[in-house]
Parts: sequence; C-alpha cells; structure tokens
Amino acid sequence: MLLKTCIRNVPQCLTYRTAVVRATRSFVSSGVRSSTITKDKPAFPKGFVLDKLHNNFLDWTEEQKDIREAVAKIMEKYDDDFWLKKDLAHEFPTEVAKDLADHGFLGICMPEEFGGSARGISEAAVLLQTITESGGAMAGASCVHMNIFSLEPVAKFATHEQKARMLPGLIAGTERACFGVTEPNAGSNTLKLETMATRKGDKYVINGRKMWTSTAQRAQKILLLARTTPLKDVKKVTQGLSLFYTDLDHSKVEIKEIAKMGRHAIDTNMVFFDDWEIPAEDRIGEEGDGFKMVMHGMNAERVLVAAEALGIGYAALRKAAIYAKDRNVFDRSIGKNQAIQHPLAAHWMALEAARLMTYHAAKLYDDGVSSGEYANAAKYLASEAAFTTVERAMITLGGVGYAQEYHIERYMREIMIPRLTPVSNQMILNYISQQCLGQEKSY
Amino acid sequence: MRPTNVNLLKVLVPIKRTIDYAVKIRVSNGQVETNNVKHSMNPFCEIAVEEAVRLREKHKSLITSITAITLGPPKALDILRTALAMGADQAIHVEVKEGTIVEPLAVAKALQKVVERDGYDFVVLGKQAIDDDASQVGGVLAGLLGWPQANFASKVELGDDGKKVKVAREIDGGLETVEMDLPVVVTTDLRLNEPRYASLPNIMKAKKKPVEKLKPTDLDLDLTPRLETINVTAPPARQGGAKVGSVDEVVAKLKEAGVL
Repeated sequence: MLLKTCIRNVPQCLTYRTAVVRATRSFVSSGVRSSTITKDKPAFPKGFVLDKLHNNFLDWTEEQKDIREAVAKIMEKYDDDFWLKKDLAHEFPTEVAKDLADHGFLGICMPEEFGGSARGISEAAVLLQTITESGGAMAGASCVHMNIFSLEPVAKFATHEQKARMLPGLIAGTERACFGVTEPNAGSNTLKLETMATRKGDKYVINGRKMWTSTAQRAQKILLLARTTPLKDVKKVTQGLSLFYTDLDHSKVEIKEIAKMGRHAIDTNMVFFDDWEIPAEDRIGEEGDGFKMVMHGMNAERVLVAAEALGIGYAALRKAAIYAKDRNVFDRSIGKNQAIQHPLAAHWMALEAARLMTYHAAKLYDDGVSSGEYANAAKYLASEAAFTTVERAMITLGGVGYAQEYHIERYMREIMIPRLTPVSNQMILNYISQQCLGQEKSY
Repeated sequence: MRPTNVNLLKVLVPIKRTIDYAVKIRVSNGQVETNNVKHSMNPFCEIAVEEAVRLREKHKSLITSITAITLGPPKALDILRTALAMGADQAIHVEVKEGTIVEPLAVAKALQKVVERDGYDFVVLGKQAIDDDASQVGGVLAGLLGWPQANFASKVELGDDGKKVKVAREIDGGLETVEMDLPVVVTTDLRLNEPRYASLPNIMKAKKKPVEKLKPTDLDLDLTPRLETINVTAPPARQGGAKVGSVDEVVAKLKEAGVL
C-alpha cells in the first residue's frame, strides 16, 4: 500500500519502471518497514535496570531524575558490604550522613534562607528511596531522615528567630536531632501521652519517658512532644500537647539503647526525663498547639517511609533477578523456570503499583492537599509489597539467601520497620475503613 | 606599567552517553545488550568536564564560559544536565534519532562546525569512549581544525595569560610534557582528576542554564556510516590453569605446550 503512495508522488513524466525504482529507493531509504507510516515516537527505555539503580521512571520530573542520578552516584561508594559491616559492628554511618550533607541533600525540603533547597516531599521521597535502594536500607535512611523532614513543624510554625537558631545546623549536617513522641503507654494513641512539661518561670520542667527514640545516643537536639495541660483539664482531647525543640543534655537525660532485630547501625532508645529543665523559648508555637503541628507533617512522613520501603523492595528484587538470570541449574538459568520468574514479575508489579501510589500521594501533599487516604495507603502498600518481595528474594536465592554476605537477610530484618512504623498497617486499615468507606470506628 | 595582554578563553567539552562503566556487558545475537541497561556519561568525559571546571576555579575570569556538547538521542540530555550540575554554563544537544549510528568522524566534523561557529579556544574531551574504545574524535578534530593536540593528559597547566598550556601525557615510557599555543585540543586520561559529585544546589542552578538544540542538518552533517560491524562476541571464558610443584615441571609443561 505504501509503495503505491510513493509511486503516486513521483512526477508524471517518468516511465513506470523509473517510477517504481525511484519509489522503491525512497521507500527503503525512509526506513519504513511497517504497513502504516508512524510518526517517530520517542523510544522510552523499558522497565527495570538490573546492574545499577535505574532512572527510567516515566512519571518522574527531570529534576527528580537528576536528584536520583546524583544521589545514586554518591551512594555507590557505600556498597552492601559497607552496610553489613556497620550493621554487625553497631556503628553509626557518620561518613554517609556527612557525604549527603556536604552535597546539600539534607536541606532538600528546608527553606532556602537557611541553606535548604525548598523542594517538595516528592523530591525527598526520591532521595530516600535511592538511599535505601543502594543497599543502605533503613540504616541508610535513618541516618539522615530526621534532618530531611522531621523539623518541618519548626520550618512551618516557629518564629524567625527560632528558625535561624534551629534549622541551619540540621541542614548543614553539623547537628543531629531525635524525635521524642512515642511512649511506652502511648504509641498508636498519641493523645494519651503522659510526659509532662510544667511551666516554671522562663523554663519548662519535663517529667516522663519516651520510647523508640532513634539516634538519641548521638543527637545534640530533641524534638519533644509533651503535655502542658493535664488530660482532665482539656476541652478537646487534641488539646494540651506542646512541641519543643531543645538541646538534649546527655548529662541530665537518661538514654538507654534498646536491642533490636536489625538496623543495628542506628541506635533506638528509651529516654527518661526526671525534673529536666528546658528553656521556654524552645517551645514551638503556642501551648496546646503541639498535636496540630505534628499532625501537619504526618502524611508526608508516611510518604517518606513508603519511599524507603520501596527502595528495599527494589534492592531485593534486583538481587533476585540477577541471581535468577546468572545461576545455572539443570542446564539453564533458574530464572527460565516460571516458578522463579513469575513471582518476581508479580512483585515488580506490586512494587510499581505501590510506587505510583507513593508519588501520587507525594504530589498531593506538595499541591497542598491535606487529606491522608493516599499517604496512608502508600505506606501500607509499599511496606507490604516490599516485605513480600524480600521474602521472595530469599526464596529465589535459596540457601545463599540465608547467608549474611548476600544481604537479603539484612533487608529482611530491616523491612519489618516500615511495616510497624510510623503507624501500624492495621491502624491504616482502620483509617481507610472509616475515612473512605464510612464504617464505624472500632475503638 | 601596562598590564599583560590576557587571552580570554571559551572552553568546549564534548561528552558522550555510554553504557555505565560498572555494568556487566551481555552479548546476544551478535550485539551488545543495551535494553534495560544503565547508561551514564562516559567516565573520561566526566574527567574532561571536571578539568574544565577546575581550570575555571583556578583561573577565574580568564575562562569566560564552559560549554558541554553531545551528539546523541533525546536521552542524552541527561548527561548534559549532569555536566551543567558539575559546573558547565551552557550546553548544546545535537539530537539524532534513537538508534542512529554516530561514528567518530561525524562527531569530529560536527564539533569542527561548532568550534568554527562559536569560536572556542580550548577543547577538552575524554581520550576514548568506553563503548567503542575508538579514541579518534580528539585526534581527528585537531586535524580538521589544524590545532595542536595533547592526548592522554594526566596534568594540564594553563598559563596565566591564557596563551599557552603545558600538558603531561601518559605514554608507554612514562610522562611526556608538551607545551602548546592555544587554541588546542586536549584529551583526558584516568589520572587527570577525580570528578566531583553533583550537589543539590548545583542541580537546582543547572535547571536555569541554557541548552541549545541542534539538528544534524543544522551542521550539514553526513551521518552515513563508513564502518560495518560484522560481529560482536563476548571474550572466551577464561580457561583454568594448573599448579606445578617445581621448576622442572614448569619446563616440562612449557615443552608440552610447544612453547619451548
């Protein structure tokens, strides 16, 4: 059909034979092979790259891909063996935190005025996914997570004088902060927290304890949520909590490390306050505003943890796919067997679905949408998809998957963390049931 | 006293997008697998960008601009952005269709046209690309322009007046130092420098830097391949050796192999 079209366009004065020859030449030289003329479509690189972190995300902006590229390059210096060493030695990866800080990545979401780059949660998600995906897993993410986003209440609600005091150190990476919110008796039910902050002149006296406070051993600062009005005196349960950002005085505050299943490079602690005095000027916003301020960043937190979980899932999937391709048993790659490749394919789809949900939720947050359905759904989907992917990776590798030197077992120990925190996946199911499906609250 | 005449310099850094150096190359159907394979800026090109940026850091206003240029498919824009994030001021993208074969001669001719159009004084590029290892563009470009060239540079020293450059070249016997009058072509070797990582603030700055898009026809480029690839095979798997216990055994084995 195309040949006819070519012949039709040849000048009438030529003989038929010359016309056919000319038409054939132009047909061939135009490189057209199919029976329809198609406009030159850009060739999108497909799917997933095995040997290195891929950057073929069609839904990401150019800027996000640039960040991905730059962070992946920096993280290349810290391979899986590096992270295994840190895990076994219970050693904080200070060199990684410093490297990321020196290249300006800690201030990714923070105001430009204080050295940050004022990017959105989408960009921070790219950063954290890349860190975990490079092999760092949760240890890599947790060594910088606090610096990246947790001071958002300060960036949003503090006075200018406070911001100038509090933000630059964290952005530059010269200061480390921990987050004291969860308590032994107040995990899912934040509003029941008991740590008291009693006003005394120009100070507050803190009494109580916090649990699961990561990086407290090495932190100079603490972001503390404490009760300034007793529960019995508030009109609404969401009132009465206040937020403080203050120096963590290691001589006055007792910090006890908790032995964990994994992520040994990053310490997690119980913190005890016994009549500990802190300056009143370290209170962020008004008394009683604490819960509202902390809630403001909750959806973003869920997106970031989702991104971290995804990275671990992809890292495990990559290892499984490479192993399946290269390992030969019974005269073929084990990946040739459908029982090996089909589950991996299913996990790729699940991870991609969770990833699209995560970045969709990130975009909603960056666009100012406050509703939490997608952020919570993203955390749920990403953590569950990543967990089952890590499990399948271990099965794919078989016996060697159980060996430390293949790193799957480290991923498995660490992937539990995004399933349990910052909110349990069961609480998310409650939330979705109530918010999206109008069901009665069960508690 | 009258100040010495300084020669203000425009620097051009040609770069190439290749398969990432750390990727395990797989060959199938007589071709290297490029689908689903990570691509990055050629490592020697990164060194060239780094050298240009370091020269500007050292000589400040002597270097008026650093331009990165590439001949490649739409995807090659990625490496131009990396070059901008490392410190280049602007970029030129001579865009060809995905899958087009671009040979070193065509690249050199394109660069010649651009040099003549914009008036560059210093062209620094990688000594070779890690995919074809041709190592031709630098030399051919110097020939086309009639410029002096120094290849496999392991040290570049620019004169303070911007008129001369001293380059230490890595050759088989050791180091050869040459001095040339600008304009020149320099190709980089591995030990010249260690390229910097792009920082987030620089990535942000790079977004505002201009990228000029050109078509091959804008440079009267003839991209017809002159070379035909007949076959590509992976190197044969390494054969195991054998351990011997004494010198006599070594001699016996060598005789057996017909070497002695």
